Amino acid sequence: MTKTRKKWIYFLGLAGVVGLLPLVVKGGYYLLVLNIIAINGLVVLGLNLLIGFAGQISLGHAAFFGIGAYLSAIFTAMYNAPPWPTLLAVMVFTAVVAYLLGIPTLRLEGHYLVMATLGFNIIVYILMVQMEYWTGGPSGFAGIPPLNLGPFPVEGDLHYYWLLWSFFLAIFFLSLNLVDSRVGRALRAIHENELVANAMGVNTERYKVIIFAVSAAYASLAGSLYAHYLSFISPKTFDIFYSVQVVTMVVVGGIGNLWGGLLGAALLTALPEVLHAMRDYALLLYGVILMGALVFFPEGLLPGLIKLWSDKRAAKLGVSE
Amino acid sequence: MIWTQLPQFLVSGITSGSIYALIALGFGIIHNATGIVNFAQGEFVMIGAMAMISLTQVAGLPVPIAFPLAVLAVMAVGWLMEIGPIRRARSNSILILVMITVGASITMREAAMLVWGKTPRTLPSFSGDEPLVWGHAAILPQTLWILGITLLVVVLLGIFFNRTMVGKAMRAVAENRRGAALVGIAVYRMTLLSFVLSGGIGAVAGIIITPITTMSYSAGVMLALKGFAAAILGGYGSMLGAVVGGLLLGIMESFGAGFISSAYKDAFAFMILLLVLFVRPAGLFGKEEIKRV
Repeated sequence: MTKTRKKWIYFLGLAGVVGLLPLVVKGGYYLLVLNIIAINGLVVLGLNLLIGFAGQISLGHAAFFGIGAYLSAIFTAMYNAPPWPTLLAVMVFTAVVAYLLGIPTLRLEGHYLVMATLGFNIIVYILMVQMEYWTGGPSGFAGIPPLNLGPFPVEGDLHYYWLLWSFFLAIFFLSLNLVDSRVGRALRAIHENELVANAMGVNTERYKVIIFAVSAAYASLAGSLYAHYLSFISPKTFDIFYSVQVVTMVVVGGIGNLWGGLLGAALLTALPEVLHAMRDYALLLYGVILMGALVFFPEGLLPGLIKLWSDKRAAKLGVSE
Repeated sequence: MIWTQLPQFLVSGITSGSIYALIALGFGIIHNATGIVNFAQGEFVMIGAMAMISLTQVAGLPVPIAFPLAVLAVMAVGWLMEIGPIRRARSNSILILVMITVGASITMREAAMLVWGKTPRTLPSFSGDEPLVWGHAAILPQTLWILGITLLVVVLLGIFFNRTMVGKAMRAVAENRRGAALVGIAVYRMTLLSFVLSGGIGAVAGIIITPITTMSYSAGVMLALKGFAAAILGGYGSMLGAVVGGLLLGIMESFGAGFISSAYKDAFAFMILLLVLFVRPAGLFGKEEIKRV
């Protein structure tokens, strides 16, 4: 089976699962969790491209996510701007901000982007809390209008399930193709060895800055959708912990593995919900599980599990490496 | 009129700056030995303070006995963290190890919440609360303790890294891991020592600042971020840089809060951090890394 056919089969399988889930899953709560998985999945997708293929870490994706959410909220609720064009404009704006942040920091050896994005995230968070007139301050921004498709308003969890997952699937598919394209090969070369990539004629700096801007745009899109879906946002959602959480989802799922990223997003979004019954012990367990996953499956859960399974099959067939 | 407040801002800036410097030193020691950014550094600070509170208020020990015991307790936490998750990790990728410290940070924070509860706790000052008035500034006795103990820690660290065999071995590991292993230094022991040492320094910072600022289970996060910013400002991994960066950050933050707006106090600190990164990315005392094949 060729690689392309395999990719199509897996992708159609995922689309099928997404299509069938609402038949099984009833009730607003479960749909809400699934919808949040799609939103986190979008952020993780962009971040995975950055970490896995450009070898750079951002601890500021919550800020890009938040810029998308707040700018969409402010323009549509306070100035009656049309949601879809606003969403697009905000995406472009966020990408430009990331581009400007990336130019001086990505030029350098080492993880300067981590520090710059960390500082950026904290500044954006403080602005969200302090600029009360625009953002509503710590108590949040309410009354964000819903999205509509032509004359049809998108209302309720089920409508948003279709909308959010369509967005996720479309961008997931685009990203899968991006990884296998010329750009993807260039990025992977940078991850392997930047100097060699440079010597082969890859403009490494430009690629890194562009992929950073693209990943910020993904986060911005996720933020705008989040704001319209929940109609209420508050700064707490966009603090540094969310940035750490999405990086964790990438690392737990498997760095550079887009399918793994989806698994990481799904597991770590659902985990606190599952652990919720444990009350005060929930976050403690979250920390322990996180450490355990990283200690025993450093290459990511999905690649780790696949390796375990194929090792078992090899042992059964009496083949050893 | 506002200029008469200048000495007061300077005093409070140097006070918090000393704490940032200690936290930055903790970051630097682990980073030099392992290349890891230890996200649990703030939890070391918090647990140190909480252990001190329990030892003095529950066990009823006097301060001179409780202080070293609390520091030892956090050194043990650092020791456990290294021989546990860090050493057991089936990977030597820096990113994975850094994310493990994130997991450790969450675990310690939540465990502390179960043990010490959610309400902020405080410690009495080491020697009274009667401020010493000196010109236009009022100085709390605790401030003097903070400055004295920070200075002591810095001097002791200086002696350790420059005059003792173990300290020199740690510096050799920071310079070149493989080279250090080749000349017979047990690199893994230095890694363990760096976690123990960072734990101890973190605990000291937490114990001396708590009488002024109080401490809660979640306070470690912001302290760690500030210490991290201080370390970058000074040049990540540089010991002198950590001290200067910490003091500078504390003073600039205090002036920013006093003269501009206290609401943007934290934003101010990180704005400076971003500016430094753009202008001089290696920090004030850091070495520019040269690209090598």
